[in-house]
Amino acid sequence: MSNTVDDKIKTFDTRTDANVPIESPLAYTYRRSGAPAPDKNSKAVLHERPFLGHLTLRGGAIVLDEALRSVLDMSLPAEPQSLLFDASGERSVQWISPDEWLLIVPGGEEFELENRLREALGDAHFAITNVGGGQTVVDLEGEAASELLMKSVIYDVHPQHFPVGKGVTTVFAKASVILRRPSETRWELVVRRSFADYVYRWLLDAGAEYGIGVQR
Amino acid sequence: MFYIYCPYCGEHREEEEFHPKGEAHIARPADPESCSDEEWGDYLFFRTNPRGIHHEMWVHAVGCRKFFNITRNTATYAILETYRMGEQPSITDDTREPLEVAQTPTETTPADNLEGVRA
Ligand SMILES: [Zn+2]
Repeated sequence: MSNTVDDKIKTFDTRTDANVPIESPLAYTYRRSGAPAPDKNSKAVLHERPFLGHLTLRGGAIVLDEALRSVLDMSLPAEPQSLLFDASGERSVQWISPDEWLLIVPGGEEFELENRLREALGDAHFAITNVGGGQTVVDLEGEAASELLMKSVIYDVHPQHFPVGKGVTTVFAKASVILRRPSETRWELVVRRSFADYVYRWLLDAGAEYGIGVQR
Repeated sequence: MFYIYCPYCGEHREEEEFHPKGEAHIARPADPESCSDEEWGDYLFFRTNPRGIHHEMWVHAVGCRKFFNITRNTATYAILETYRMGEQPSITDDTREPLEVAQTPTETTPADNLEGVRA
């Protein structure tokens, strides 16, 4: 299970073959607070995408960009608040800070990817952290999705200010979230595991007037 | 509710995302061992607390999490400019002694950084 890229850094696969059940950060919430199914009147639909591979990349933009191009054929978004997807739309990389990016890939890919990035980065000054266990992705769709966000985040989500391909870290109710806009119709919230219950219940409450439903 | 321009995010952001972190441009004594108690005490505890132009550090806590500097008027609360760490303020109070920092040559501040606050 434990592979190493070089002698200095031990990396390990957080997904094991052992038969241990894994639960989404919202598992308890679904049981306790329920998940109303969306119907034809639902103007907002919530959908969690748990167990994705989340890697935090830190370091200089130039070396990280080179490594990402060679390993994933994706370029690093240099512009603040920008979010890029690969052709399949399954992998994304987002600017978080001048020296930090968030890479989200299909679950299970992250360990091999991390190792290949480490190899490509060699002796460069960088850090890669697997943060997949600490956060989850919640999708928000529907005609009232942005209205629901207006009640929840302090950031201006008007399309002129928040075009497709933008992503910001901001305040959601009393929590912090990463809010992203991958397409015209879909919003993504990257939520910390420990705040997932709070954010989910806030969305259900704030979305009640739009007949919010949860797709599972 | 007001907006502060984050020089790293390159846009105005809600004040709730920021925290003030005290006076800026306080250089740590190069050789603490040779400091007198008074010099060290000054460095550690004593701040200027001016009425008027003040340079202070803030952090974009819920955002890019970077520290940066703000020139602010403590009497009117007006934010006059924001600039990155390592840069020098373009607005200073000429009635007081100049800052004793200047380690690296000042990079030119982009013009859009000068507008620190937007109602
Ligand atoms: Zn910022």
